Formats: sequence, structure tokens, C-alpha cells
Amino acid sequence: MSNIEALDLLENKREQARMGGGQKRIDGQHAKGKLTARERLQVLFDEDSFEELDMFVEHNCVDFDMQEQIVPGDGVVTGSGTINGRLVYAYSQDFTVFGGSLSERHAEKICKVMDTAMKVGAPVIGLNDSGGARIQEGVASLGGYAEVFQRNVLASGVVPQLSLIMGPCAGGAVYSPAMTDFIFMVKDSSYMFVTGPDVVKTVTNEVVTQEELGGAVTHTTKSGVADVAFENDLEALMAARDFIDYLPASNREDPPERPTADAWDREEPSLDTLIPASAAMPYDMHELIRKTVDEGDFFEIQPAHAGNIIIGFGRIEGRTVGIVANQPTVLAGCLDIAASKKGGRFVRFCDAFEIPIVTFVDVPGFLPGVGQEHNGIIKHGAKLLFAYAEATVPKITVITRKAYGGAYDVMASKHLRGDLNYAWPTAEIAVMGAKGAVEIIFRKDAGDPDKIAAKTKEYEDRFANPFVAASKGFIDEVIMPHSTRKRIALGLRKLRNKQLENPWKKHDNIPL
Amino acid sequence: MFKKILIANRGEIACRVIRSAQKMGIATVAVYSDADARSPHVEMADEAVHIGPPPAAESYLLADKIIQACKDTGAEAVHPGYGFLSERESFAKVLAEEGIAFIGPPPNAIAAMGDKIESKKLAKKAGVSVVPGHVGEIDDTEHAVKISGEIGYPVMMKASAGGGGKGMRLAWNEKDVREGFEATKREGLASFGDDRVFIEKFIEQPRHIEIQILGDQHGNIVYLGERECSIQRRHQKVVEEAPSPFVDEEMRKAMGEQAVALAAAVDYHSAGTVELIVGADKSFYFLEMNTRLQVEHPVTENITGVDLVEQMIRVAAGEKLPFTQKDIALNGWSVENRVYAEDPYRGFLPSIGRLVRYSPPEEGAGVRVDDGVMEGGEVSMFYDPMIAKLITYAETREAAIDLQIDALDRFELEGLGHNLDFLSALMQHPRFRSGEITTNFIAEEYPDGFEGAPADAELLKRLSAVAAFAATAHSDRARRVSGQLDGPLRPPADWVVEIDGAAHEVHVDLEDVSVDEEATGLSMAYAPGDRIVEAEFDGAPLTVKIKAGRYGFMLTARGASHVVRVLPKRIAHLAQHMIEKEPPDLSKYLLCPMPGLITALHVGEGDKVEAGQPLAVVEAMKMENILRAEKAGIVSKVEAAEGDSLAADDVILEFE
Repeated sequence: MSNIEALDLLENKREQARMGGGQKRIDGQHAKGKLTARERLQVLFDEDSFEELDMFVEHNCVDFDMQEQIVPGDGVVTGSGTINGRLVYAYSQDFTVFGGSLSERHAEKICKVMDTAMKVGAPVIGLNDSGGARIQEGVASLGGYAEVFQRNVLASGVVPQLSLIMGPCAGGAVYSPAMTDFIFMVKDSSYMFVTGPDVVKTVTNEVVTQEELGGAVTHTTKSGVADVAFENDLEALMAARDFIDYLPASNREDPPERPTADAWDREEPSLDTLIPASAAMPYDMHELIRKTVDEGDFFEIQPAHAGNIIIGFGRIEGRTVGIVANQPTVLAGCLDIAASKKGGRFVRFCDAFEIPIVTFVDVPGFLPGVGQEHNGIIKHGAKLLFAYAEATVPKITVITRKAYGGAYDVMASKHLRGDLNYAWPTAEIAVMGAKGAVEIIFRKDAGDPDKIAAKTKEYEDRFANPFVAASKGFIDEVIMPHSTRKRIALGLRKLRNKQLENPWKKHDNIPL
Repeated sequence: MFKKILIANRGEIACRVIRSAQKMGIATVAVYSDADARSPHVEMADEAVHIGPPPAAESYLLADKIIQACKDTGAEAVHPGYGFLSERESFAKVLAEEGIAFIGPPPNAIAAMGDKIESKKLAKKAGVSVVPGHVGEIDDTEHAVKISGEIGYPVMMKASAGGGGKGMRLAWNEKDVREGFEATKREGLASFGDDRVFIEKFIEQPRHIEIQILGDQHGNIVYLGERECSIQRRHQKVVEEAPSPFVDEEMRKAMGEQAVALAAAVDYHSAGTVELIVGADKSFYFLEMNTRLQVEHPVTENITGVDLVEQMIRVAAGEKLPFTQKDIALNGWSVENRVYAEDPYRGFLPSIGRLVRYSPPEEGAGVRVDDGVMEGGEVSMFYDPMIAKLITYAETREAAIDLQIDALDRFELEGLGHNLDFLSALMQHPRFRSGEITTNFIAEEYPDGFEGAPADAELLKRLSAVAAFAATAHSDRARRVSGQLDGPLRPPADWVVEIDGAAHEVHVDLEDVSVDEEATGLSMAYAPGDRIVEAEFDGAPLTVKIKAGRYGFMLTARGASHVVRVLPKRIAHLAQHMIEKEPPDLSKYLLCPMPGLITALHVGEGDKVEAGQPLAVVEAMKMENILRAEKAGIVSKVEAAEGDSLAADDVILEFE
């Protein structure tokens, strides 16, 4: 073969690989509003930056005449590229090739990018669009899944892992995304479930559609399995680019930093009136978050699930911070099972990747209820407590209004090694609300409404402020609401070299 | 002259009065309810007195509290602003008894003009033409139907003590009278404590033009030209201007002299306004006289150079007017837009909430902003939904209107529904600009509601250029992040911008921004996080409000918001595969159109309803809103009950 022929051969083989399952299947993919595996990577990565590896890998199955059906790449495109110049590894399952099903070789390709990403310290993004196991390969396919699972676990806390579910993801396949740090889903074209509607119908006689059982909306509202739902592939991929910009490459590197024109000491006078005159009135905590972070740009995670707690990423002076905040407009901002799980996992992500945590507190307590108790609020609530207590990253807390009872302790309090614990003048740090407290302390006067009212007033005057807590050093400083951003920015600067280590242990035993 | 005055009002008018008082070196006292404790008028005044809980009936309408506040602070006079106690004879009387000056007309004039029935009789006697109608009280619905038949449809039913669009109902036929008469009475009672209603002929194709008068306590009365307030929605004024494009010198003189004659008949002093309804043939009829400062007084101030508030204070202190009728000259043109907390995109429903962002355009160069709110303030359900008045002044009508368009583009307001886009649309509307307006303008030009001002191809092109420029800035900044594999990347130069359903190829480089290979001459500065962009296209300015999303921008300019998608050209072709999703079908639900209280629910589960049938009544902003069936159907589920407080879009009923 001449040199020219050899080059042509390569080009031909590449061309063949790029066609995946052929034009007809590509058209089918498009007709469903889905992009192909390679198109997705084209959107995800910077122009011409994606470098594909293992393009010519083929499956090794000889049962059921599979040796007759060979497609180079074997249903998954793997490699690396840059997102805004930063190195990221990715795999993208190709639904046009064997329905994106996972073979032994397909799994090996995924494992290879994960191993490399771990070695060099770069995030991994998985674009999932797969019918499931390659049935023809049987147990080899199952083994493949487990190899991927093992790597998801080893990579957890070492490099950020992001999953985009852009098609089917069912059966055992769901457990790979489940163990990654974040899951994005595309509405109407993606779903995740362990067993599908047909099996559900057979076993429990429940009739449910794929979308209802495990669609993007279901998982981002009801189950909390996925973090954000997007309208289509393009939106999900563009958002993934933005999202990666917040994250450090690995646990060995600091979070990225980028320039901003937003002044670190910007004051927001309107925050002085954020807290309504009546303690019973809710307000939207998003306003405080948006007016605090750079440019009002807040990437909220799980916005539609457990709305009583808000989590997400923002930046202060161009550096990533994790924001955790109670949301008074939902369940009065109470902590419940879903909120504790949502907040706890996020705090642990931030801690694992050295992302400072800013916590805004307005929490009247844990949500009461038989359902909550019977479903284990004790163990689940402990997750958030545990996460905050073990976190060694810089922790800045601002109490805006209520910080009652055990929930006060949980929300990054001084006692859980909060580095800077601020309170607004409207803060009330107390064991409970005045009414409840008086009913207990002065139980014998329960029949005397005048006396109860007087005592309630007395209790409010004494405890419905931040100064009792400040007198004990539980609050480092009472700050004006309009100066919140400035205080946080300054605090983060001072905490940049914070060093704190937990005692050596093999690992902790967080209440799961 | 007084040393200290009290302003028995809130919001923009309280601030407005305080400004003039401060200019005159008079100390000011504000009063406030719980809801206004943190309002600007409280901040601006030298002293402030708390007068009660939020409902006006328990605070701003309590004469006793106001008088006590005067005594406690030593205020010598009270300016009532508009609304609240401004046109209550009893209040003016009590003040007189207490030896406190009332910065307004004499009590007898208020009494004579405050009652719409009495004032008509007076006007007739003074030789002012009045609209045909029933002068006298109406007993019940049957009586109302009979009277309406005699006058001839269409007729207007008005609460006798009403004003400002509240307690008014138009009836085209007997059915409307039967349906609306009792509700009009109820609204009159709820809002003004008076359930008397009168009925008059409704003049079609009418203009609303009013004459500002000003008198002193020495028998001098002048008129300060007219204001045209024909741009109204449901009898609530939206746009006012002075002078009127319809009034000539002769007509002005005739109207002015009649107004002065009427005022003289009741020994009027202070500022007052005679409202007239004007037919297409330039005939005019007396509507009512407002014995107070009007909301729209600034347009008169602009063209006459008279500070009306200052003159009211001087007159109340016994001074003579410093000018006579021949000194009054009208110069230039002034237009006022009322910025309301109401959402034109949702049938102009009232909106309440926090002003998350509030930044009006800078004053000066022909722009005046009268407001009484600030960022972080609250528009509550207790008071008038007007947020601010935007007033412009220029040599010509056209220039004053153009100033409005530019100023509205600069007006930043977030957190609640508002009518900024709608106002801009009005200012751009060819018929408005021609001056061919009537009080039916809005109903005629926006019969199906408002969906944003139409954007022409040139504007869309310019917005595309702005979007691509901003996208380049975002991309450039994103590519200066730390930890890159190589040196910084350059941002894309070629973009595809999708706006209003069309895609444009935009090229951005240091020299220029071109759209579809045509140079735009764009010059602008933008840093991510900016909320307002001042762009210039070959020198022609365009101010754009900009909000960055993950996939493009929301650009607001010239009376409409545009969701603009911006993609680098290299991947833009992939957008063709994305499926546009239909929004969910909400037509099988009756949704609560605004935050409010369900006061009546007329149907139950399983009921068959006809199109137009009343289903429920929602009370919001003291207005009863009847929700009707859009089409025939069967009620399958009732989700709300009478007495429920609902948020906007809460489900009330579900249909099969």
C-alpha cells in the first residue's frame, strides 16, 4: 500500500466510523429532536478541540451472528477536548449503533477515558443515550457495567463527574449516572428507571408512561434523582459548558477563576428591606442570592425539587462558591427529608472539591409530621448536619431571619466550625419561635391570654434578635443587609489559605 | 407663610408636595401606615407620624389621626394630595374648626362639586352644558333600567362619590344594567362609603379634556390651559398631555372661561380641575369638577411654568396669585405616562409585589419622574397601583413623545407586572402620534389585549447585533478562565441569532457588527452583568435592557421583550433538529387571573356552563372581577372555595 493509499484508508475508515449506524438512523435520531453522539460533542466542546480516541474499537461478540455486524467505535464516542480552554474528558453513547447498547468493548472505552481523566485530573462528562445492555453479549455486558460503576466510585471526589441523560437509560445502566456528581436530563426525549412501564404493569399493575415513570420532569421534581431538566439537547449541552466553568478540574486543583467587572464591594440598599415587616410573610431568597453573587449569575441545581432549600453555584470575585439557602416561600423554609438530602449531598460535593460554601439561613426548624418521622427524618436530617460538620472548606454563614432549634445548629452554625457567622439585624436565633417557647415555659398560664401575650412580647424582645447569640460569640458580627456581598467577598479573601484537617480515618460513616 | 405643613397622603404625591415645601423653606410632616414605614415619603419629610395599620380606612382616611398628628407636630396646614381625604368636605371643615389651614378649596366648594348629582345641577345653573342624564337618586335595579331606557343606551352607571375609574360601569343594554347596577353600588360602598349611583348618557367617540384652574382667597381665578387625558383604560387615565392636540385657541378660551365661571359660582380657591367630555364636533360637556390637585398636574406645570403645589400652599396661606389670566402663556408640549403595577400581557391584571429592581431614567433634559417608591419597596394591595409618573417636556408634541420612548427604554422595573412596554407601544402608535385619539383608543386599538409593541425589521436587526455583541463579550470572558490547556482562545466571531422566529447571521469584529452581511455601525460597551446597554447605530441611540440566559438573552426595547437565541455559527445548524414544544393547554382550567380573594363561586361540580356565563368573582384591589366561561363546557372539578385567597394562576375550576 502506498503512502497516499494508507492516508486515504485512514480517511475512509474515519468516514465510516463517523457515519455511526448510517444515515437512516441518524435521520431517525434527528426526527426525535435528538442530536447524534458526535454532534453533541461538537456542541459541548470548543471549536475543533475534541480529540476522539478508540475510533476503531469493535465488539468481540460472535454469538447470534454478531460478527457480521461490526460498526467501528461500537456505539460510543470517547475522547477529550476543551471547554473554554479547560481539559475535559467525555464519552457519548451513539444510539444509532446497536441502540447505543453497552458491550464489553463499549464499556472498556468508557473505562479508558475515566482512567485517563483520573490520572491527569480532569472532569468526565457522560452523554447517555443507550438502550441498555448488549443482550447478545450476556454477562460480558454486565461485567462492563460493573467496570464503569467501579470507576465512577473511585473517581467520586477526585474529578467532577457530570451525566447528561439524552435518551433512554434503563436497568442497571442508571447506576452509573446515579453515582456521578450531577445529572442533567432532556425533557421528553430522556428517561431513567430501573424497571420500565411494562415490567411495572406486570408486577404491580400500575399503568404509567415512560415520561411519568422516569422522565426529566419526574426526576427533577418528584424523585430528585436528576438535577436540572432542559428543553432540548442544545440547551442541555450549552448549560453543561457553563456548569463546567464553575468546577475545578480535580480535587488537586483550586476552583477556576475568571475576571468580572462586578465590584467586590457592591452595595445593595434594597436588601435592607428584603425581610418583610411581618415574621409570617415569606420572601424570595433568590433575590438575596442574585444580589450577592457576581453579575447576578446563579446556577441553581435541583430548582424544582425540595424548593425549601436552594443550592447551586455562583461566583464571588470570579471564584466559584457553593450557595446553600433556606427558602421561606416553600414550606416556610423548613428542613425536611428531601431538603436535607439535597443540601447534604451538595455540601459534600463542595467540600470534596475545595469550593467554599456560603449559607443563607432562614429556617424555622425541621418539618413536623408523621410522614417525616416514619420516613426517617432523623437519619436524613443528620445527612445535612454531618455534611456541614465534616466540611473543612471555608464556610461563611449569614442568618437573615429565623434560626430556630436544631435547624440552627445544622445550617453551618459556629459550632460546626463555621468560619464567619454573620447575622442581619433581623435575625432571630432561638430555640424556637416566641409563641411556642412561651407556651412551654409558662404552661401554667395557658388559660390567661393577656399574660401569654405579655410573656410572648417579653420573649421576643429578649431573643428575637441576633444579639443574644452574638453575646456568646455564636455570631461573629451583625451586619447590614446591604453590605452582605462585601462582607462575604472580604471573608472569602481572608479564608483563601484556610487549613483544617479532619482526623485520619479510612472513611467516615455518614448516616445513609 | 406656614412654617410647617403636614401631608396627609403617601407615595409619589406626598413626595411631590414635600419637594415644593422644601423649596419654599417649609418644614414637612409625613404620615404613614404600617405598610409605608419604609417608604420614601417618610424618609424625605422632616418628621413622620405613624397613623395606623395598612388599610386606608384605618389610617390615611382617619381625619382624627391626621388632626392629632398636626397637633403633636405643630403643623399649621395640611396638604391632602389626591384621593384619601382630599375631597371630603367634613375633613376640610374639621380642620377649619381646629384652626389648621387646609391646602385646598373651601369646604362648601368641595361639597358642591364632590357630589356628582349636585355638581351637575350647579353646572347647569352656571350655564355650563352637561351630558344628558338622570339627576337624582335611583332606588333599585328596576328604577335604573327604567331611567336607562329613557336616556337611551349606551349609558354609564357611576358611583356618586366615585372617581379614578372605580365604581363605574358601562351598560350597552338592559342586561348590562341588571347585571352591573348592584355591583356598582357595592363598589361605591366599599370604596367610598356611599352606595348612591347615577346614570347618564354615554357619549361615543369622546375625548376627555380638562381645564386646570387656580384661584386665590381674594376672588382671583385663572385657567392654566387644558390637559387631554383621552388615553384611558376602563376609565383609568394612562397617558395625559398638555396642551391637547384637539383644542384651538378659541375653544380653549371658551372652555377656560366656563370653568372659571363655574369655580366662581362656588367661591372656589386653590387648584381645581374641570373635566369635560368633548365630542368630535368640538362640543364639550361638563363631567365633573375635581376639587384637588390632579395626578396629571405636572404636564400643566411644564407648559405654564407654574408650580401648582407651591401656589396651593401660598393661596392657603392667604397670598394673592402672582399672575393674572393674561400672564398665562403655554409653551412647548408635555406628556405624562402613568407607570402602573398591572400586566398588559395578562389582560392588564393588577399586580402586587416587591420592586426587586427599580431604577427610573435620569431626570433632566426634558425628563421628570414623580415617584414615591424605591428599589426594594413594595407595591401592596392596599393602595393605588400607580408606581410612578414619567413626564417629558419638549418644544413639540412629537419631540415630547420621542423623549418618552427613550425614557421608557431606560426605565428598569422588575419584580412585578408593569405596563412599561404598553406605554412605549402607545407612544409609538401611529394613531396616537397623529393626535386622532378618543377615550376608546385603547379598547379599539388593542381589542385582543396586548402582546408587545410590533418590532420592525430594522429594530430586529439592531437587536440581533446587540445580542451577538453581548454573546461575544460573554464568550470572551469565559475564555479568560484560569487553568486552560493552552493560551486563551478567541471568542467566536460568527453567530446565528434567532429573534422573533427569524435567524440572522451576525459577524462581530473590532471594526463593526454586521447582520446578514450588512454593516450596522454599532458602537456599544457591554460587560457581563450589565442590565442596560446604551447602543448607537451610526450615531442613532438605542437603549436596550438585557438579561443573560444560558442560551441567549432577553432583550427589551421599544415596548417589547424579545427572547433571543444566540449560537456560534459552527453549531447553529443543529438547532433545526430541535423540536419546538407546544405550551400546555390551559383552556380546560379557570385560573385565578390575579392575586385576590374569591368572593363568589357561581358553579359547582357537574354544572353545565355557557360561554360568557359568570363563574366566579375575584376581588382584588377593591375591584370585583367577574370571571366568565370562555366557552361552553361542564365543570369537572372545583379546586377553590369562596373565601379562599389565591395567587395568580391558581386553579379555580377544571372543565371536562
